[in-house]
Amino acid sequence: MAKSIEVDNLDIYYGDFLAVENVNVHIKAKSVTAFIGPSGCGKSTVLRSLNRMHEVIPGARVSGNVRVDGQALYAPGVDPVAVRRQIGMVFQRPNPFPTMSIYENVLAGNRLNAKRMGKSEADDIVERSLRGANLWNEVKDRLGKPGMGLSGGQQQRLCIARAIAVEPEVLLMDEPCSALDPISTSAVEDLIHELKSEYTIVIVTHNMQQAARVSDDTGFFNLKAVGEPGQLVEFNPTTKVFSNPDNEATEAYVSGRFG
Amino acid sequence: MALQTQAPTSGSMSITAGQLPRTATPMVAVFAAAIGVVAGLLLGSGIAMMVFIAWLVFTLGLFVWSRTVEGSRKAKDRTINAVVWSAFVLAMIPLVSLVVTVVVKGGPVLSPGFLSRDMTGFAALGQGGGIYHAIMGTIMVTALAAIIAVPIGIFTAIYLVEYGAGKPLAKVITFLVDVMTGIPSIVAGLFAVSLFIAVSDEPLPRLGIGGGIALSLLMLPTVIRSVEEMLKLVPNDLREASYALGVPKWRTIVKVVLPTSVAGIVTGVTLAIARVAGETAPLLLICGTFPSANWNPFNGAVQTLPVYIYTSLSQTSHAKYGDIWTDRVWGAALVLIIIVMALNLIARIIGNVFAPKTGR
Ligand SMILES: Nc1ncnc2c1ncn2[C@@H]1O[C@H](COP(=O)(O)OP(=O)(O)OP(=O)(O)O)[C@@H](O)[C@H]1O
Ligand SMILES: [Mg+2]
Repeated sequence: MAKSIEVDNLDIYYGDFLAVENVNVHIKAKSVTAFIGPSGCGKSTVLRSLNRMHEVIPGARVSGNVRVDGQALYAPGVDPVAVRRQIGMVFQRPNPFPTMSIYENVLAGNRLNAKRMGKSEADDIVERSLRGANLWNEVKDRLGKPGMGLSGGQQQRLCIARAIAVEPEVLLMDEPCSALDPISTSAVEDLIHELKSEYTIVIVTHNMQQAARVSDDTGFFNLKAVGEPGQLVEFNPTTKVFSNPDNEATEAYVSGRFG
Repeated sequence: MALQTQAPTSGSMSITAGQLPRTATPMVAVFAAAIGVVAGLLLGSGIAMMVFIAWLVFTLGLFVWSRTVEGSRKAKDRTINAVVWSAFVLAMIPLVSLVVTVVVKGGPVLSPGFLSRDMTGFAALGQGGGIYHAIMGTIMVTALAAIIAVPIGIFTAIYLVEYGAGKPLAKVITFLVDVMTGIPSIVAGLFAVSLFIAVSDEPLPRLGIGGGIALSLLMLPTVIRSVEEMLKLVPNDLREASYALGVPKWRTIVKVVLPTSVAGIVTGVTLAIARVAGETAPLLLICGTFPSANWNPFNGAVQTLPVYIYTSLSQTSHAKYGDIWTDRVWGAALVLIIIVMALNLIARIIGNVFAPKTGR
């Protein structure tokens, strides 16, 4: 069951520093939503506030409303741990667990939560997830080897495999392809297309073509000026953003005439 | 647009430079040693002076030669190299001489009998006796200290790093730990004594657990500090990766943070244990001396190696039996060093075994 996400008047702070101001988006269930924008404008910050990872940073807080399938994410009774089990995340920097093998890394979400499963079920999950992340063929002969022994791009795909192994309902991906070659990138894009039929996906990317290829809706973030908080400048269907955007800054950014 | 290939600029830069022969360093060393000996003989000075003159000649000679042939950058490099090595050797001299002395004097004393007998009935004799009871006492008291200090230390460090960051309570604890680091060991002993006077009503309590408490007091700050440092080294990315999988905080700490830092934690804890194993003053106060092994930490004096060494030392001036007591002192000292070194070695091995692997 995929979920939709609604964001209303969201302000996001690091301590006293207002990083992102007044975000309003409606992310549809079973769709791919892309966030684009220049570096430092708060894409990762917004993404992290969608599964309550933002508050992990000391002093970080949000004000405003986020509703997942109508349920307020920041209501007092909500357990962030339960939220994160349903809303998975792939980080900007690959972060496999150094003490675990490739196999254990993929299963980390299940094992760390002490979920019991048989050997064959575990093997199935590992193979399916690694195939999904286009890593299976490269590592199938050394599943027992440390995850840190992989190349940077392989580590990133391992992290994608780890995130989809727990079958979250929403998958947040922060520049999942920034360390990948074109072949793996296209594999990840294929995966996104596949996952879309069951999951809701939000992806941050610096690659315009990628946003155009994979997403249904696109949000363009920008800074008003240096030192000002970032804001969501435009949120529209991807085709509109790339052909006939409402905002001039968006037009400049997607056509590469920026700054 | 294709890049224009650039024509090589005229007068291209040279990438070769003068070089000293590979045997330059030993050559200068031999030369310097010769000068040192000759100058020492001429001046009629001792070995230390000779070594100093040789060192001076070596460092200067290498610098001047290298500067004329290789240029100033390499000359500086060689000089710094020589200085760093000299400092290293200088630091090693006391350590090596200490170990050699103890091994030479204590080695012949070690025998199966010396290690397996205690002092019951041998105290006043000119032969026999051993340190079995002191070895066991040291092991027992140190183990008690570790049992008390290690869990408290690890949990405190976990609180400081994982839960308390930036909170006032954490700052207070950190301050108190710093204060604890400076507690003189004899004061820790006094604390244990007064504690058990209050508890047991005896005028001068002697018991093993008191030694364990005193040593744990000395261990605690070291354990907290080293574990804290190790936990801080665990990248936040890993904690976030775990949280993002929906893993609660405590499970993240147990399953991700601790396993990632276990090598450093175990090493730090073992070194802290090694550090207190040779502690004398507090044990002298609270454990006292006893001629045979006492396995009951809650009742009666317990002999330990450092205290054994201390009390035996006062017997070495005995007119008739001084020699055997001297032997006993060196033998016990050697065993104590072996125990401490073994702990250090174990710390290193454990560190290597548990270190996260990156290989294929
Ligand atoms: N942990 C943090 N503490 C304080 N400020 C932060 C923190 N992380 C990010 N920021 C600030 O928040 C703002 C938005 O950062 P964010 O990481 O969301 O940018 P981004 O759009 O993801 O950039 P990039 O494309 O480079 O990843 C920046 O001004 C940044 O300096
Ligand atoms: Mg980012």
